[in-house]
Amino acid sequence: MTEQATGAHHPQPRARNGGQPPAITEHVTGAQSLIRSLEEVGADTVFGIPGGAILPAYDPLMDSSKVRHVLVRHEQGAGHAATGYAQATGKVGVCMATSGPGATNLVTPIADAHMDSVPVVAITGQVASKAIGTDAFQEADICGITMPITKHNFLVTDPAEIPKTIAEAFHIASSGRPGPVLVDIAKDALQAQTTFVWPPQTDLPGYRPVTKPHAKQIREAARLMAEAKRPVLYVGGGVLKAGATGELRVLAEQTGAPVTTTLMALGAFPDSHPQHLGMPGMHGSVAAVTALQKADLIVALGARFDDRVTGKLDSFAPFAKIVHADIDPAEIGKNRAADVPIVGDAREVIADLVVAVQAEQGEGRTGDYTEWWESLNRWRDTYPLGYDQPEDGSLSPQQVIQRIGRLAPEGTIYAAGVGQHQMWAAHFIDYEQPATWLNSGGAGTMGYAVPAAMGAKAGQPDRTVWAIDGDGCFQMTNQELVTCALNNIPIKVAIINNGALGMVRQWQTLFYNQRYSNTVLRSGPDGQGIGSAEGQAKEPGAGTRVPDFVKLSEAMGCVALRCEDPAELDKVIAEANAINDRPVVVDFIVHEDAMVWPMVAAGTSNDEVMAARGVRPDFGDTEED
Amino acid sequence: MSKHTLSVLVENKPGVLARITALFSRRGFNIDSLAVGTTEHPDISRITIVVNVESLPLEQVTKQLNKLVNVLKIVELEPGAAIHRELVLVKVRADNETRSQVVEIVQLFRAKTVDVSPEAVTIEATGSNGKLEAMLKMLEPYGIKELVQSGTIAIGRGARSITDRSLRALDRSA
Repeated sequence: MTEQATGAHHPQPRARNGGQPPAITEHVTGAQSLIRSLEEVGADTVFGIPGGAILPAYDPLMDSSKVRHVLVRHEQGAGHAATGYAQATGKVGVCMATSGPGATNLVTPIADAHMDSVPVVAITGQVASKAIGTDAFQEADICGITMPITKHNFLVTDPAEIPKTIAEAFHIASSGRPGPVLVDIAKDALQAQTTFVWPPQTDLPGYRPVTKPHAKQIREAARLMAEAKRPVLYVGGGVLKAGATGELRVLAEQTGAPVTTTLMALGAFPDSHPQHLGMPGMHGSVAAVTALQKADLIVALGARFDDRVTGKLDSFAPFAKIVHADIDPAEIGKNRAADVPIVGDAREVIADLVVAVQAEQGEGRTGDYTEWWESLNRWRDTYPLGYDQPEDGSLSPQQVIQRIGRLAPEGTIYAAGVGQHQMWAAHFIDYEQPATWLNSGGAGTMGYAVPAAMGAKAGQPDRTVWAIDGDGCFQMTNQELVTCALNNIPIKVAIINNGALGMVRQWQTLFYNQRYSNTVLRSGPDGQGIGSAEGQAKEPGAGTRVPDFVKLSEAMGCVALRCEDPAELDKVIAEANAINDRPVVVDFIVHEDAMVWPMVAAGTSNDEVMAARGVRPDFGDTEED
Repeated sequence: MSKHTLSVLVENKPGVLARITALFSRRGFNIDSLAVGTTEHPDISRITIVVNVESLPLEQVTKQLNKLVNVLKIVELEPGAAIHRELVLVKVRADNETRSQVVEIVQLFRAKTVDVSPEAVTIEATGSNGKLEAMLKMLEPYGIKELVQSGTIAIGRGARSITDRSLRALDRSA
């Protein structure tokens, strides 16, 4: 992670500064010291909710002119908002909660940020240090609970350690492989008198992230690229986090190699670029999935060979040599052995690769990928992403999402929940710039979209932010629309409302004989309202809608619209785009039987990718089978 | 599967042992033996961990351990190039008839009798895992009433110290 990517706004904590007097010394309470530390480290926005143990911190927070606190409705919203803020701005996101249940409500967003390597600092109040371990009121061992899902965490009981700990937390969260850091502060440490000293003396002898790649490995990677006949650049979220999209484009165009960007890397390489094959993995494009399977060289940049990308691991990319560059040495060789391991920041790695490839080409060794592109273009032309319009004239969810993408102003940021709508948003919106696509990739957290969009909009108030959400996801975290309405955070939410937990329903359609056990969210036409159904409905989408999302959203202070007719789609989206002073929610009533294709069924090989139901692409290899 | 001994130098701070053992369990590795103590530097603790894994997963667990912020250094101590020791305290049934035989075994293994009572003796022994197992096998027929074993500790042979460089790193940051 480079300085630039995390935002150069916060001064890096300095190591002990050779006996020079610190620049700032103030006699304050621990709580004031915390707020002063947040100010000095450059935290301009904090999402949170007060409560008993964190209460002292909220008093000086009220007076801070530098730190804006956004009062959320649930701590989970604060956590995802911090994540959305971080992903949209490149800075560290901050959330705050009280002890016990306040802190445990942050667990899901912290786990989410951990899986997706998002720089977040969570500050929690803890019961007074003497009460720790006594099962005191609202006590929870949040450091113990979050140990496996944070990059690091701290328990602070000495007020003098507050500035140092905040400086260290921000440094750890934003450097190396970014991630969430939790700082748990005992109430008595917040109340006590202390001295605020800035810059503090940090002390992290065991934390030394490697960012500079080995020159020898870089040369070897460049040599393999020149020799390869069928290379693929497999680009992951690390490229976005390193701010390496410019370098990536140079490398891609210089080599002419095809590029595939994972779900976490959408926007790292323009979707419109002719060398872009789309997304790999379970719901990746046929061209991207097949390119990796047939490749003789995979250059993985800031990607981690996640199971959603590889499918059945032992049959993944059987012909490929692997160049694996990642800032986290533990990712290299974790899932797939690397022929050329490169530890380093993606930006430095790619910049060095560009120079090394230039040197190879200067000596007349340029990879010839002409034949490879013939195959790639054939797969891409034969199996483009697509969808069928519902026969009954109802709205197709894919079309809704596609039109939102087409009609949105330039630079629009999209945040998705988890499920079918997430995959369609990945497929049918074109991502041309970095930090325009926020989603919960690793953890797959339903309910991510609304609070993440809120965080993104708070960090980028001049950009349009669309949350693409499902009706299932929306019912998990929609209360943050109240926060948006009251705090002038005018996001736009598209509810892709199919009345079902769509992705689970899709699996039930394909693998459970259309027995829709507990995936029906709307009440059925014949008064069934028990959550389950057998077989396809005779009247899809019929039945009363509970809740009525329009009324619900209006009650939360939003403008609410509904669209059920394809003929009105563009008009309704334009109407939503025109409202910029309040949050807007559009309830798009879509067909419940739409499915996400292509698909590699769980546990099978990526060779078994299905372009659509019952359609296995013909790669001309059937005689081998 | 083979046994590997890892010496892990960590900051001497509360909760560090929990971070390490939790990492082993959540990443699916079993710890065979564990020993913790401070070093010549009061700010550094040394954890000796014996794990039973193949070399590839060992590399993975080492890399994951290295990511813990409080971990300063990890060194694998190869059996030939290091001295491995365990400590056992064992209470063996021994009356007037058998006591001299038990004491003879104690002497053979250069162990020590640290407590005697009419029905039992308590023996203290240090050594490699193999030596201690051999001794316990010899004592078994007399009746082992109670046995307590420490985790393995280990140190490399020769003049080189694995703590030296870590100390220097610590000094730089301090």
